[in-house]
Amino acid sequence: MNILLQKLKKQRIAEGNLILIILVIIIFLAFVAPTFLTFGNIKNLVRQTSITGIVALGMTFVIISGGIDLSVGSLLGVASIVSAMLMKGGVGIFPAILVSLLVCVFLGIINGVVIHDGRVPPFITTLGMMTASRGIVMLLSGARMIAGLPKPFTSFAQKTILGLPTLFFVWVLIIIATYVLTSRSVLGRNMFAYGSNLEAARLSGINIRKTTYFVYGISGLLAGVAGVLMTSRLANGIPTAGTGYELDAIAAAVVGGASLSGGSGTIIGTVLGAFLIAIIQNGGNLLGINSFILEIAVGVLIVVSVMIDQRKKGLGKS
Amino acid sequence: MDKTPFLELKSIYKSFPGVKALDNVQLSVYPGEIHGLVGENGAGKSTLIKIIMGVYQKDRGVMAINGEEVVIDDVIAASRHGLAAVYQDLNLALDLSIGENFFMGSFPKKNGLIDWSTVYKKTAETLEDLNILVDARSRITDLSPAVQEMVTIAKAVHKESRFIIFDEPTALLSNEEVEILFDIIRHLKKQGVAIVYISHRMEEIFTICDTVTILKDGEWVETLPVSETTENDLIAKMVGRSISEMYDIEHVEPGKEKLRLENLGRNGVFQNISFSVREHEIFGLFGLVGSGRTEIVRALFGADTPDSGDIYLDGRKVQIRSPQDGIHYGMGFLPENRKEQGLALGLSVKENINLSSYGNITRFSFVNRTKERDRANTYKEKLRIKTPTIDQKVKNLSGGNQQKVVIGKWLCGKSRIFIFDEPTVGVDVGAKREIYRLIQELIEQGDAVVLISSYLPEVMGLSDRIGVIHEGRLEIVIPRSEFSEEQLLKYASGLE
Repeated sequence: MNILLQKLKKQRIAEGNLILIILVIIIFLAFVAPTFLTFGNIKNLVRQTSITGIVALGMTFVIISGGIDLSVGSLLGVASIVSAMLMKGGVGIFPAILVSLLVCVFLGIINGVVIHDGRVPPFITTLGMMTASRGIVMLLSGARMIAGLPKPFTSFAQKTILGLPTLFFVWVLIIIATYVLTSRSVLGRNMFAYGSNLEAARLSGINIRKTTYFVYGISGLLAGVAGVLMTSRLANGIPTAGTGYELDAIAAAVVGGASLSGGSGTIIGTVLGAFLIAIIQNGGNLLGINSFILEIAVGVLIVVSVMIDQRKKGLGKS
Repeated sequence: MDKTPFLELKSIYKSFPGVKALDNVQLSVYPGEIHGLVGENGAGKSTLIKIIMGVYQKDRGVMAINGEEVVIDDVIAASRHGLAAVYQDLNLALDLSIGENFFMGSFPKKNGLIDWSTVYKKTAETLEDLNILVDARSRITDLSPAVQEMVTIAKAVHKESRFIIFDEPTALLSNEEVEILFDIIRHLKKQGVAIVYISHRMEEIFTICDTVTILKDGEWVETLPVSETTENDLIAKMVGRSISEMYDIEHVEPGKEKLRLENLGRNGVFQNISFSVREHEIFGLFGLVGSGRTEIVRALFGADTPDSGDIYLDGRKVQIRSPQDGIHYGMGFLPENRKEQGLALGLSVKENINLSSYGNITRFSFVNRTKERDRANTYKEKLRIKTPTIDQKVKNLSGGNQQKVVIGKWLCGKSRIFIFDEPTVGVDVGAKREIYRLIQELIEQGDAVVLISSYLPEVMGLSDRIGVIHEGRLEIVIPRSEFSEEQLLKYASGLE
């Protein structure tokens, strides 16, 4: 009983620490940068975080399974260009979105096929996918932006509900869905076992193929959703959209406590991780701190949070 | 024997938060002495050797080498004092060569660069000295598990150690290889090395040790010459109660045929394997390491795909192409290596118990969490798994309790055919007894059991019939009334 309590405390603290740090920074910024807590800034912050935050949720699935997905940034670009081209070509908004998402799921599952059936390590597979799919995007778009998208589509991301951007609500919906998937679905449960010990999972009758396709498919899907939202927000199909997002997504998941060796990670942790990074960047900008220095800070944050995590694990052992 | 012990520990105390791990423990090991260290899991053996090796620090007590007090505050200090340990787990870099592993951290240099010819020459000498017939340049992954184990031992020997701890060194070895290992240990003894030998296998203690120290619940019980004790006496002192007959289980009259293999084969691994197992029956598979016995049951369960032959369940021919198929037909498989194949160590007891059967407690493919907890608690109680809660990570449990979690997983999945591959390796006497009791419960309720064990008393004590495997072939099936050690060994080594 005692140990259960200790454990619960420990788990709460793991995410509690993050919440605490975020609160401290928010309070600090509220004092030193009066514009920080204005509605306009919060709207902006939330709108920016939503898109990378959605990509990071997909990445969390992959990281829990012990893999990595470097292709999400490029898949985001695929969704942006494919949806924009279809709409420009006269296809309806919803069919266009649907097709672009399906393309991303398909590419994600191809990652899964190469990893599971081709036995290529996830890093290499998705590195290949990242490069190749960016190439596809450039080829399709002629490396040019696609403008002139239908008004109802481009205005979606500008709209607000209760004063908050619609993008934020999309993100919240996805947070809820992914939370339920990771904690309650059989596939979600299997994913943890898969990431913790692949051979034991296989010998326990877990369908390894299905689980692999599932995690990379989800990651592709959410990259696609982020791509569509970004296209709406920028009112253009942008061939370079999402470049570098894979690293932001990994950073959010890792700061949120996911382990790159697989088997652990939470949706809430990733959300908090994404928020923390966004607040540091946003607050830093408001304070007029050189953005290069902010990059250094985020880099240090990533490494330090993993270091703290490892120390906790080390203490847990003995 | 010298008057001064090489290593002397007096009044050692060590506590971890909430647990007294060692309470006034003493140990003296003389040069040229092989000193057995026995006790159940949790008795404090591992803590003690970790203190000797500088992994943990003692709270109180004195440690002396050659009569002089020393402080060993890390592994490097231990090795400077000539202390070495061979642990259960391999401590080798799998993708490097034997030579590289031997000299890791202390490569001989010539003009500032690594002197490779010396590395391989010295490695070859050590290997030859110990009668291990492999090339010093071979990569570790290319060696069989048993040879890997020998290489681990050779690595410890090579470091000019004056004191070596062997922690369960025979877990992966066949009988023949155990003999080679014993020769190595005796060779070291002659050179005056002080040796501590830890094993759960009592007969090994009596074969090789001069003296034996018994620990129980972190306390020193007794140190006495091996010649003045017996197996039963030792076990009684370890567990604090007498165990008259370890393998005493009640056999049940077998019922109708449950499982039949016909000419099962996998190219280059095993051929023409045919046997059947009935309800209430324990079918033993005996063979040396590498004989193909594990591969046969893996193919039966669906973990590997056989190239030929058929499998019948309840008289009907079935296709088993994956573990999912095996589980679908009611099989449960407890693999040889529980840490690498049996358990998701980083996950909780609850998750591991439910692992193979989440599908049974779902609605619209969502897990019912109350049922998940209930099931885990049921099997925790039923199997007497010693864990504070079902949310404990499995890696924090002792070997015996980990093994019970694997069994719990299959009970939870409602298996009717249980395949046990070395179920008691690295498990202490008390937990062993409990595992045997569980196996007995299984056969009482009509399940069929296939048991692999390289430990003769175990496989002979439990099985109704034993099939002997030699080089991928089923040599003979012997009924219980005709069991004899010599017979089994003869068939297993291909002499019959």
